[in-house]
Formats: sequence, structure tokens, C-alpha cells
Amino acid sequence: MSAEIVGAEGLTLAALLTPWIGAPLIWLARGNTNRREAVTLITAVVLVGLVLALYELVAAGARPTLTLVDPLPGLAIAFTVEPLGMLFALIASGLWLVTSVYSIGYMRGHHEENQTRFYIFFALALGATIGLAFSGNLLTLFIFYEALTLSTYPLVTHHGDEAARAGGRTYLGILLSTSIGFLLLAIIVTASYAGTLDFVPGGILAGTAPNWVLGVLLALYVFGIGKAAVMPFHRWLPAAMVAPTPVSALLHAVAVVKAGVFSVLKVVIYVFGIDLVAEIPMSHWLAYVAAATILIASIVALRKDNLKARLAYSTVSQLSYIVLGALLADSWGIVGGAMHIATHAFGKITLFFAAGAIYVASGRTRVSQLRGLGRAMPITMGAFLIGSLSIVGLPPFGGAWSKWFLLFGTLDAGQYVFMAVLLVSSLLNIFYLVSIPMRAFFSAPDPDLAGQGEAPPLCVAALVVTAAGCLALFLFPDALYRLLLPLVGL
Amino acid sequence: MIASNLPALQVVVPLISAPICAMLGRGRTAWVLTVAVSWTALAIAIALLIRVETGGVIDYEMGGWAAPWGIAYRIDYLNAFVLVIVAGIGAMVAPAALQGIATEIAPERQPRFFAAMLLALTGLLGITITGDAFNLYVFLEIASLASYALVAQGPDRRALMAAFQYLILGTIGATFILIGVGLLYMMTGTLNMADLAARLPAVAETRTIYAAFAFIIVGTGLKLALFPLHMWLPNAYAYAPGVVSAFMAATGTKVGVYMLARFVYTVFGAPFAFDTMPLGQILMPFALLGIVVGSLVAIFQDDIKRMLAYSSVAQIGYMALGISFASETGLIATIVHLFNHALMKGALFLALAAVSLRLGKTDLTAMRGLGRRMPLTMAAFVAAGLSLIGVPLTAGFVSKWYLVKAAIEAGLWPVAVVILGASLLAMIYVWRVVEVAYFRAPAANAPAAVEAPTTMLIPILILAGGGIYFGIDTEVTVGIARAAAMALLGTSP
Amino acid sequence: MAALGHFNYWVAIGLMMIGLYLVIARGNLVKKLVGLNIFQTAVFLLYISMGKVIGGTAPIFAEGFTLYTNPLPSVLILTAIVVSVATTAVGLAIIVRIREAYDSIEEDDILRRDEE
Repeated sequence: MSAEIVGAEGLTLAALLTPWIGAPLIWLARGNTNRREAVTLITAVVLVGLVLALYELVAAGARPTLTLVDPLPGLAIAFTVEPLGMLFALIASGLWLVTSVYSIGYMRGHHEENQTRFYIFFALALGATIGLAFSGNLLTLFIFYEALTLSTYPLVTHHGDEAARAGGRTYLGILLSTSIGFLLLAIIVTASYAGTLDFVPGGILAGTAPNWVLGVLLALYVFGIGKAAVMPFHRWLPAAMVAPTPVSALLHAVAVVKAGVFSVLKVVIYVFGIDLVAEIPMSHWLAYVAAATILIASIVALRKDNLKARLAYSTVSQLSYIVLGALLADSWGIVGGAMHIATHAFGKITLFFAAGAIYVASGRTRVSQLRGLGRAMPITMGAFLIGSLSIVGLPPFGGAWSKWFLLFGTLDAGQYVFMAVLLVSSLLNIFYLVSIPMRAFFSAPDPDLAGQGEAPPLCVAALVVTAAGCLALFLFPDALYRLLLPLVGL
Repeated sequence: MIASNLPALQVVVPLISAPICAMLGRGRTAWVLTVAVSWTALAIAIALLIRVETGGVIDYEMGGWAAPWGIAYRIDYLNAFVLVIVAGIGAMVAPAALQGIATEIAPERQPRFFAAMLLALTGLLGITITGDAFNLYVFLEIASLASYALVAQGPDRRALMAAFQYLILGTIGATFILIGVGLLYMMTGTLNMADLAARLPAVAETRTIYAAFAFIIVGTGLKLALFPLHMWLPNAYAYAPGVVSAFMAATGTKVGVYMLARFVYTVFGAPFAFDTMPLGQILMPFALLGIVVGSLVAIFQDDIKRMLAYSSVAQIGYMALGISFASETGLIATIVHLFNHALMKGALFLALAAVSLRLGKTDLTAMRGLGRRMPLTMAAFVAAGLSLIGVPLTAGFVSKWYLVKAAIEAGLWPVAVVILGASLLAMIYVWRVVEVAYFRAPAANAPAAVEAPTTMLIPILILAGGGIYFGIDTEVTVGIARAAAMALLGTSP
Repeated sequence: MAALGHFNYWVAIGLMMIGLYLVIARGNLVKKLVGLNIFQTAVFLLYISMGKVIGGTAPIFAEGFTLYTNPLPSVLILTAIVVSVATTAVGLAIIVRIREAYDSIEEDDILRRDEE
């Protein structure tokens, strides 16, 4: 067993370092585009391999820890791999590989500029994501959280034009303001009261401060983790849609937004502890804010004609599902929320992939332009259908499980209002998401669609993989479920 | 013999070199001498710091005359650290100075320019190292006079009025300190700081000492540009030659903060300053105002040097805030920020000096597209800018952390909010420059710009890199700051 | 009567205020500098006068005298006078350069010319 433990630390370090080593290698390979793309793909494959190997160990009960330097006396950059972080790392690394394949198709098909810069910062962003996933204390989490914001800024502003600059400003402005203004304050206050910032199952704050202080602290965390897009700090998500679609797909369906809700779950489970969160009155108020976000974002999504904007607001809504699950402080809610990280990731990335494929193949960006597109691009729209059904939460797609658990959580906690919110939101999802592929397949096509072909093959391949992932998550949820049970002490 | 007289040499070496420099005929020779002297000064400062770490406080008597009648130099953790900061910045700026002033100062005046720089260095080192209150005034005036002359060398004619205004305000400030010292002498009969500290408690409850305290605080406040006594700073930094701004911004006000800490904690003692006199209640609001007003005004400046000057006013507010907490964490925050801010502002102003060298001006429109034309310089600017905002893994983050921690330990949550809010304001004014440099194309008639010359680029990169290194490995800086803070508060190990 | 006995302080403060007033209220740069000088001189008077010991003679060793005035303040002020002279010199040098650049040494004129 000890040989495996030593191996686990080594694996963790290797996984952490892989993207950071990959980035300069991409720069070195910039002369030949095929060689450069190969470096990205190899880095991604290596990362997936390492993360999978780690998964074997963590699923068996190992919790490898790693401590690096102390930037502040007594507070180290430390890593601890636990089930939630393992899940996040699996999703991020696996989908990075898929997205890299997709990006190659998209960037080449669209003749984008500055591709080297794109791939380098993509690798850096993934490096920050893995660092975040494996963080062992709040300081490390904060460091990689900020690193993620900064490394994704050049990706969001990739096109370098006025719109990109404005979008980048909103993106950076909201994310840095919330993280420095609220999150950092919360972390320092936590350090003052608890004396430590380590992630400990059961939390570090129990009994250290009066309830009202803990309540304020929880609010600071929920609003400070701006990447979870809880209203009113959600505007950065639609603003980030100025980015090229591969960026929107991986980062804003998977890495950045999941980093947000992941951090919320980590704080709830490992800083406060589920029982403490259940006791604080503020959790209830914050749950209402999350519920409001779910509904308002769904309604706004209904009214958006721009496809990416609609998907952005859908993401805002879905993220608050997870925040709600966390704040319910109920075992089913936590497990459901954590599962939703996985199921929503696959579903949303499929939708974004499809949106990008449509744009590259036909130049269309608006929902109203997609009538009858199903005949010309059947695989793309088919995948879109699968993705939207998964998000709605219908079997036989993975989203069904996470939604089921979340609903069960609301019932278990006796919160019927929230149950109603979830059901209403699912209904709205059907209206604003499923209607798109329905219209694409069953409406009469526009005349100027004649001769429209499918998207570039690499894009289509990626689409099929993620759509299949949605299906697989429904058929084989066991491993996921068993991985997550220790979070709630089961 | 050299080893035992290092404290004296720290001041004497630059002092003697200054007139030698003035007599040299060519700017280049004067520059070589300046670089050699500044590096020697750094070596001496580091040696003194090591000696303090291993052997404790160094007491040195000038000329062998025993204190308190003779002038004594007293080096503890705090001074040793500030000596390293000042000498370090001098050692970084001196190599960059030759190219930096190439377009701003005529060749025949360059030897005297370097002489003035050496005098300024002498003065600043002397202020830091001395243990005698009047000696501090003398060195203060040496440094200030040299600074007035240096500021007046600026290429724009507005530098002259800026220098004159600085002269008037600076002299008033120094004279206030002189009055304060005089009043202290009247009541205690001594000028030696350690001796004053011993004798003051007996006479502390008199109006004379209250007046002395007030005069000294106001005088020091003028020197460190505490709001609202900061009026001289924006013009002086904006119109001075680029290299001078870098030097002054990274050293002058740091030494001012050192003077404040020394007088408040060592000479008068924290109980007198904070319990008998309402220093905390007075310093904190002004510090907070400085932070907020400085950051806000910086956002609206078009000239980047002026923007950084107002940013300095805000950063000085941070340091004064740390002192006003009268707690160990607060002092650690201030002392660590002395170091970190010197790194940040040194890098930023030196980068701007390089820009000024290549483009002739430093306003926002001139900096369009600079990210491509001067990539390394702008990369250093961005790194130092991130440190100013307080992004983790930079030095600025460490200072912010301790400052907010001190505010929370004092139970002052609103102050913590203000500190973090100012970081967001810093984000606005730093990002304005980043956007313009990386997102805009250069204007059609912009002068062609190439990367900064190597003698400037290397110090810029060292300073910017230091801002990141000391954000990750803080053992040295925080360790020294903690030891210094404990010594100041009398809770020494 | 104690107030009259402390007349040196009153003189010093009076001169200080006059000096500061000149610095602030006068627009002519040379007059500002003169005000600064008066301000500094007031401080010198303060120091030197405080060194006087009643009944003491000049601080020079001589036969037959046992009580001397305190020499230290005078010594300190010698240094301070040098500093003041140096400051005045630098100030005047700057004023000469200002005159060359602006053709005036009135603060209002100079500020107006800058705005143009």
C-alpha cells in the first residue's frame, strides 16, 4: 500500500505540472502547425492518463497530499486530492482532450489568427484548473482561482477587436472585483477565526464565531466566488461569449464555471462543514438567491435570439442548481450538485460544440436562423438534441440522475418551494433549449440552406464523443456515485 | 578595520564620491563611478543586515565619541532592512541612469547629475542609519536638497516649478521636524534617540512634548507625502527625469515611513503615541483618505507618470495605515510593504523611463501598441502592475494580506473593505494601460520604438522578477519584518 | 509675568508665523523664499535662546568663570544655518532657471503660462 501512496504523490505532482510544461513546449513548436497541435494533444493525453491513474487510487480511498512553498508564514501552497477534486480533474482533463480536437477543426476551419497564443493560454488555463481541483487549502484555491481568471483573459479577448476588449473588461472586472473584494476578505477572516485555512472534512469553522459572523462569511464566499455566476454577479458569463467558441465550450461550460461551483462545494463541505451550513440562517437566504437566479436566468434565456447568449444564460441557471444543492446542506443535494458538475459539463459542452459547428459551417449565430438546419446538419443537431435533453434532465441521459438527486434533496430537506423551482426551471429548459433542435428537424428549411453541409469532421467527431458521454453518464453512473459518497460521510 | 567601520562607510563612501563625480569631465566616467559606489553601498548594507541577524543590534560611535554626547549610529532590524531597500534601489537605478538620462540631460551636466544622485543616496542612507535625532535632520536636508536639484533637471519646464514647490514644502516639513527635535532637547537634554526614549517617559505629560510630537508627525507627514500633505508629490514625480522618479518613488517616501515608525515607536514609544496622544485616530482617517483619493485620482490621469505618482500616494496610505494599527501584524504589513512597494514602483517607473527614452513621452495615447514594440518592458510593467493590484503570488499580495489581517484583528471590518476596494481601483488604472498597450494599434505618426536598452532592461526585469519571487518566497522579507516589528513594539525575542 | 520671561518664545513664534504667511500669501517666488528664510531663522532663535543659562557667560573656556551658557544649541544651529543657506542657494538657482524659462517670477504668471 505504501508503494501506491508514494506513487500517488508523484502522480499528483506530475498531473499538476503537465499543462505548465506543455505550454512552453507549444511555444517552441510554433513553427509547424501540425507539430504544435500534436504537442497540445500529447499534453492532454498525458494529463488524462495521469488523472485516470490517480482516480484508481482515490476511488480506493487514497488521499494524496503535497506541500510546496509557504508564500505566507504558516500558510502553504498545498494540494490534497479528494473525491470532489478528483471528479473535477477528470472532467476537465478529459474534456480538454476532446476540446483540443474540436479546436483544431474550428480554428482551422475559421482561419483564426494568433492560434499559438490560443493553445498556450488554453494549456495554462487547464494548469490553473488542475491546481484548483487539487487544492488543499483556501490559499492554494485562491491562488489558482485568480490564475484561472488571468490565464483565460487572453482567450476571452482573443479577437482583439473593440467588442473583445469590452467583453474582456466586463469579464475581468466582475471576476477580479468579486474575488478581491469578497472572496479574499472571506479567506482572511476565516484565517483569523479558524487559525488555519486547510480543507478538513467537517469544516474548520465550527464553534469559532457567532452565527451572524458565519452567515456574513458564507454570503461573502457565495458572492465572492463570482465564477459560480450567482446573480447579480453573473454578467461576466454572457460577456465572455465574445470568445471563440472552443473557449466558450471548455472554459465557460466546464473549466471556469465549474471552478466556481466546485469552490462553493469545497467551501460548504470542507470549510464550513455540511452540518454548520444547515444551522446558519443565512444559508436559507442564499438558497433563495440561487433559486431566483435559476428562474430569472431561465426567463432571460428564453428571450435571447443569439444562440451563444441563450446558452450562456442557461449555464447561469444550471450553475445555481449546484449552488442550491450545496446550500441545502443535505446529502442528496450535495451528491446531486456534484453529479451535476459532470452531467452539465457534458451536456453544455455538446451544445456549445454544436453552436460553434453551426457557425463555422453556415455562419449562423441566431436561433431564428436555425429552422430546418437539421436536414443539412443532422449529426450536429442530433447532438444538440441529446445535449438539451440531458440538461432538461430527461432519461436516458446523464442529467436525469443529477436532477433526480437534487429534487430528492429538496424533498429530503422539506423545501418544497425549491422543488417547485427546479421543476419549473426544467419546464422552461424545454422551451428554450429543446425547441431549437425540434425546429431544426421539423420546420421547413430556408431556401438559402441548399448546399449546406456538415461541420468540419474534427468538430463533428468531438460532438459525437460528448453526446455519447451524456448517454454513458446515464447508463453507468455507478462509479461516479461511489466516488462522491465519501463527501457526505457515506 | 573596514569591517568594524562599515556603518560609517555606508554613508561616507557615497558622500566622498559625490564631489569626485562632479569634477569628472565626462558623463560616462561619472556613471561608472556612480554604479560602482551604489553597488558598494548595497554590499555594505547587506553585510550590515547579516551582522544584525547574527549579532543583534549594532551600536556605532562616530569618531569614537561616546553617546549620548557623540553621534551614534544604531542599526537594528528595521534600519538594516531599509538600508538594503534604499541601497538596492540605488544599485538598480544607477546602471539604468546613463541611458535613461541620455535624452533628458545635456552631456556636460551629466557628471553633476550623478553627483546629485550620490548625494541623495548619501542622505537617504544617513537618515536610515543614524541614531541621533539632529543628525537625522541634517541627512534629511542633504537628501532633500539633492532631490530638489534632481527634480529640477526634468526635460519639461514645469519641472522647475515642481522642484520649487517641493523645495518650499520640503523645507517647511524639515523645519517642523527641527522644531520638534528642539523641543525634545529642551525637555530631556539629549539628542540621541535611544537616550530620548529612556528620558521621555518622565516628562511625557507636558505640553512641550505634546507640541514636539505634533511638529514631528506633521513634518514627517510632509516628507512621506501623507494625505493631505502630499501636494508636492504628483508634480515632482511627473516632471522629474524618468530615472529620478524611479529612484525617488522607490526610496524617498520609504525613508519617510521609516522616520515615522522610528519616531513613533522608538523615540516616543507606542503607549505615548497611541494612548496619550490620539495618533491612531488621526493617522488612520488620513491614511484611508490617501488610499481612496490617491487611487481615484490616478484613474483619471492621462500621463502615466502622474498616474503612478497618485498611485504612490495611495500606497503610502497603506503604509501609514499599517503604522496606525499599533499592532504587530500592522507593523509587519507596513515593513513588508516598504520592500514590496520599492520593488513595484521601481520597476514601473524604470519601465516608464525606458518608454520615455524611446518615445519621448509617457501619456496613454503614446503607449498604444507598446506591447508588441517593447514586449519585455511591458511584460515587466504588467507583472509589477499585477503586484500593485495584489494578485496572489506577487509581493503586493503579501502586503495586502497582512494589512487586511491587521484590520480584522483590530475589529475594523470597514477598513478591510476599503483596503480591498482600493485594490479594485488599482485594477482599473493598471488595466487601462494594459489595454492600451496590447489592444490598440500604434498611431500612424508614432515614433518607431524598439525594446529598452540592456542597461535599463536588466534592472527593470530584476525588479519586476523580484516582485514575483518575493511574493512566493517570503521567508526573508516577512521574517525580518516580524523581527523588526517585535523590536519596535518592545516585545523583542 | 512668566509670559514676559518667555518673550523669546513669543518672538520665535511671531517670526515663524510671519515667515509662513509670506510663503503662502506672496506670489513672487523670491518673496516666498525670503519668507521661508524668516521661518527658519525663527527656529534658530528658538534653539539658541533656549540654550541661555541665566548668569552664564559665553561658552568659551576662561579663567574665573564657572557658569557657561549651553554651547550645544549654538553648535546645532551652525549646522542648521548652513542647511538654510544651502536651501536658499538651491531655491535661488531654481528661480533663476524659472526666470529663464518663463520670463517671470510671479507664481500666477507662471501657472497661467503653463496652461496655455
